[in-house]
Amino acid sequence: MDHPGTPAALLQGRGLSFAYEGALVLEGIDLTLRRGEIVTLVGPNGAGKSTLAKILVGVLRSKSGSLAVQKGAVIGYVPQRLHLDATMPITVRRFMALGSPAQDRGASALADLRISHLMGKQVRELSGGQLQRVLLARALSRKPDLLVLDEPGQGLDIESQGELSALLAAVRDQGSAVLLISHDLSLVLSCTDRVLCIDRNICCSGSPDSVVHDPDYHRILGPRAAEALALYRQRNGGAEVVDLPKRADSA
Amino acid sequence: MLDDFFLRALLGGVAIALIAAPLGCFVVWRRMAYFGDALAHSALLGIALGLLLDVDTILTVAVVGSAMALLLLLLRRRGRLANDTALGLLSHGALGLGLLALSFMEGLRLDLLGYLFGDVLAVSKAQLLVIGLLGVVVVTVLAMIWRPLLLSSIDSDLAAAEGRSGSFAEVVFLLLLALVVAAAMKLVGVLLITALLLLPAAAARGLARTPEGMVVLAASLGVASVVGGLEASLLWDTPSGPSIVVAALVLFVSAQSLPPLGRLVASGTR
Repeated sequence: MDHPGTPAALLQGRGLSFAYEGALVLEGIDLTLRRGEIVTLVGPNGAGKSTLAKILVGVLRSKSGSLAVQKGAVIGYVPQRLHLDATMPITVRRFMALGSPAQDRGASALADLRISHLMGKQVRELSGGQLQRVLLARALSRKPDLLVLDEPGQGLDIESQGELSALLAAVRDQGSAVLLISHDLSLVLSCTDRVLCIDRNICCSGSPDSVVHDPDYHRILGPRAAEALALYRQRNGGAEVVDLPKRADSA
Repeated sequence: MLDDFFLRALLGGVAIALIAAPLGCFVVWRRMAYFGDALAHSALLGIALGLLLDVDTILTVAVVGSAMALLLLLLRRRGRLANDTALGLLSHGALGLGLLALSFMEGLRLDLLGYLFGDVLAVSKAQLLVIGLLGVVVVTVLAMIWRPLLLSSIDSDLAAAEGRSGSFAEVVFLLLLALVVAAAMKLVGVLLITALLLLPAAAARGLARTPEGMVVLAASLGVASVVGGLEASLLWDTPSGPSIVVAALVLFVSAQSLPPLGRLVASGTR
């Protein structure tokens, strides 16, 4: 079914744009996601990263252009936060089952993230980090062709961030596409194949090493970009926290 | 046996409580308590239209309520007005229009109090039949849209991303709500319908572990409110509608003190 290594366009957006109350937040976005790659969106606050992710997964509709998603592609979405009302009683087990009806898939996804013990807990009683893990497990249990994560690093400690990047790499290597939005530059650099720097439109894109040297990237992200560059150099000096094999065929 | 007015009142009230329970839970989860109020306010416009056109008020109230629901969705989709502002606009606009329309109907002796507070003791066999049918419709339709409606109540973005757009389910849900408010109006009155939707659901929230569990609990509490309220009204000769609501209130307050009591017991035995 899947052919890892042969990149097929899973999702293709052309000329995407969006406006809130007449204020343009995204404009002329062209983007293609292929199976077997991890793409990261970086950009300042209010750059439209979350909005773009919502357009790609079908929560919002682009005001212009076209969006083609491969037929039958399963989407796993990890939102930045859950709007669960405090009056909603629902256990993690049931919440997982609403994502994928196959019970064992939910259980094994929880086990993969080492949170099986949360199974019987109420979702509203989870801590921020626990909720992030449950949302991620839920998205993974759907066996997504496209996994979209909006700021998954929030609430995770450094150790679990290494775990997260290893996990995303595994998803990619199974032939899925991963779209990541992250402020966390160490996470971005440790597992991304391609970086898109956006601020209303796409400013620059490419492999992490080419983007961290791009002047546009520095213009948009300011001091944080310098920090990333330092981090990047440190990494290439041999201080890798997470050891991931470089892929020869990365886009 | 249905010739006994008290039995008819009990049956009608219990049926409404059972229908209101699942809808009330969704109202609470979706934070739409004011929508119930807005529907109730708009009922007056429906009543005026019904009298003007000489058709059954249940029908016109349901139609006006449905129109309100659709208008609300439209206003919200445009994104120009916040949810509560849009609701206030619709609810008070409909109330003003309704009162104005009623004032034009000269020579009409309208039992306004009857509409505001209802009269469950006067429920007829025909009305019982209508409520019974409504119950079947509500339960059937809710069962069909349960999963998408539940997921979109948990998080509408998540529902949309997973291809279970909740918007259709939401429209259907709002229409059901409008229907139920219209049908329940004669029994508990427009002012108290929201109470019957909200109070049992609110009372059940802390005690349930699953959404369905909360619905079952809300239904039981609603039935208990109706039975308790009606018995009390018979015993102390109090108005029936308000007695039911006060019974629901008493149950809500008792339910609030249950979880702390449970914790106390748990820590005592530890």
